[in-house]
Amino acid sequence: MTRRLPSRRTIFVGFLVLALFLLPWIVGKYPVYLTIQILILAVFSIGFNLLFGYTGLLSFGQAGFFALGAYGCAKILLVVPNLLLGLAGGVVVAGVGALLLGILSVRHTRIYFSMLTLAFGMMIFSIAWKWRDFTGGDDGLVGIPRAPLEIPGLVSLSVATMERYYYVVLVLSLLAIAAMHRLVRSPLGLTLQAIRDSETRAEFAGVPVRKYRLVAFTIAGLYAGLAGALLPPLENTVTPSIAHWSTSAEPVMATLLGGVHAFAGPIVGAFLFFIIKDIIVRFTEYWLIWFGVIVVALVMGFPGGVMSIFVKRPK
Amino acid sequence: MDTIAFQGLIGLSMAMYLWLISAGLTIIFGVLRIVNFAHGSLFMVGAYLAYTFYGQMGLPFGVAVVLSLLGTGLLGLVMERWFLSRIYAIDEAYQLLLTFGFILILDDAVKMIWGGVFKIPPIPAFLDGFWPVFGRSFPVYNAFVIAVGLVVAALLWALFEKTWWGRIVRATASDREMASAIGVNVPRVFSAVFVFGSMLAALGGAIGTPVRVVAPGIGATMIIQAFIITVIGGLGNLKGAFVSSLIVGVLSAYGTLFFPVFELFFIFVIMAVVLLIRPQGLFAR
Repeated sequence: MTRRLPSRRTIFVGFLVLALFLLPWIVGKYPVYLTIQILILAVFSIGFNLLFGYTGLLSFGQAGFFALGAYGCAKILLVVPNLLLGLAGGVVVAGVGALLLGILSVRHTRIYFSMLTLAFGMMIFSIAWKWRDFTGGDDGLVGIPRAPLEIPGLVSLSVATMERYYYVVLVLSLLAIAAMHRLVRSPLGLTLQAIRDSETRAEFAGVPVRKYRLVAFTIAGLYAGLAGALLPPLENTVTPSIAHWSTSAEPVMATLLGGVHAFAGPIVGAFLFFIIKDIIVRFTEYWLIWFGVIVVALVMGFPGGVMSIFVKRPK
Repeated sequence: MDTIAFQGLIGLSMAMYLWLISAGLTIIFGVLRIVNFAHGSLFMVGAYLAYTFYGQMGLPFGVAVVLSLLGTGLLGLVMERWFLSRIYAIDEAYQLLLTFGFILILDDAVKMIWGGVFKIPPIPAFLDGFWPVFGRSFPVYNAFVIAVGLVVAALLWALFEKTWWGRIVRATASDREMASAIGVNVPRVFSAVFVFGSMLAALGGAIGTPVRVVAPGIGATMIIQAFIITVIGGLGNLKGAFVSSLIVGVLSAYGTLFFPVFELFFIFVIMAVVLLIRPQGLFAR
């Protein structure tokens, strides 16, 4: 066996990762902040795309799990200032939430699945918005510390500056992306794609379709939870608007922008989402209209090509 | 006891806005099999247009409402002809996304044109005032809204059950291939139904102008309520939409009175439970 040279893609990704690690030395505070936002949306979106692009289920309730992660992390950090505990707690809360609601959600597919996830997401929103004693109501939770990374009795590392927190987000995002990259190529990932392409065929092949969909749903929830948990230490606040269904639309847009059927699509899309937004808001406060135009143009511009289900319109 | 009856009447008038918006949504779904996310935004456009014609240009209220319906109908025509009709053949997820794109465009367009929240124009003189009901004063305007909703319900029933046009639409809804085979111009039926549904949403928005605050985000709020109602009534089921509008409208009126904190939550619980137990809707035959 000869050793293969690294492919061009591997080299590109290597350089990109290196550049990301050097970023705080090259640029100022604002681009670092922007990159954190991009990484958070990238994690959120690759989780969403495991459901949408790989399993064929369009969820409109991912903001609910994002919010579970964010509120879970925030509540923990307000009591115990330990970042690892906060992040892990947020992910666990979101994962448990996704598992429980997933059991119910995967009973449906297509539009009924979208509606059901929308209802669950909005339930979480209404709790965040109305349960003032626990969630702070519409004011949200404030004064969330960017707590140190700490393993009691072993190490304690302060990440209070933006640059240091950036590395926390960067390392966790890269790990999450790498894990997803392995997952979609694993037997599990291939099975999900088989279900997306033909549920009937997968069933005949003996695949417990619903169970696999539940696994995908839970993993997507874990990713949404991680993304959400990374947010409060950055912003020091959480507000219920992150649970609203319009937040669920962000990973949808990022994924569409970047491409549904490419692994890196949602990551590229998250980057484009913030860059386009950042450029447009310099000229006009009406940036959403341009996003709307982009979404419409993308859907209109690539009909048929990326789609798996064809329903002929009668002529 | 009087409070309960009175609050029920208030809820009934709320229910009529919900009915008008979800009637259009459910008809469009029943025939075109499209879930139009932007339907709430059409409600919003209807309200803003009525405000322009009535509040700003000072046209008579009735004329303003008719013009607003025509304007929104035109917008619906553009959406269906130029955009939606080109992607009926692809996965429905992309149709959802397309109509989602329309929400973003319409929300910001409204902000650009009208600059956000508008001042509520006065109630037209002939609908102003109060009637004594259960020892309290019930606004005449609420009674007017209830009347409009009931008239629309009766007209829709007559339209779909008694007219030739209604039979064509029902035929297309139940089997478009067969309808096409017997000579129905299906694309034209699709356009007509979409425009008609848009105008129903606009009617809801327009008659609310003198009493309801409308802001650019209202489309997103209204569409969620319309989703709840169409899901409970059964997607595509007009009678179901009417009954569930009444239920949701009246329940919310009592909910805001008795359990303001968990009203919203319980409505989504009802929606989820219906989807899980009877996805075809509570009122399916």
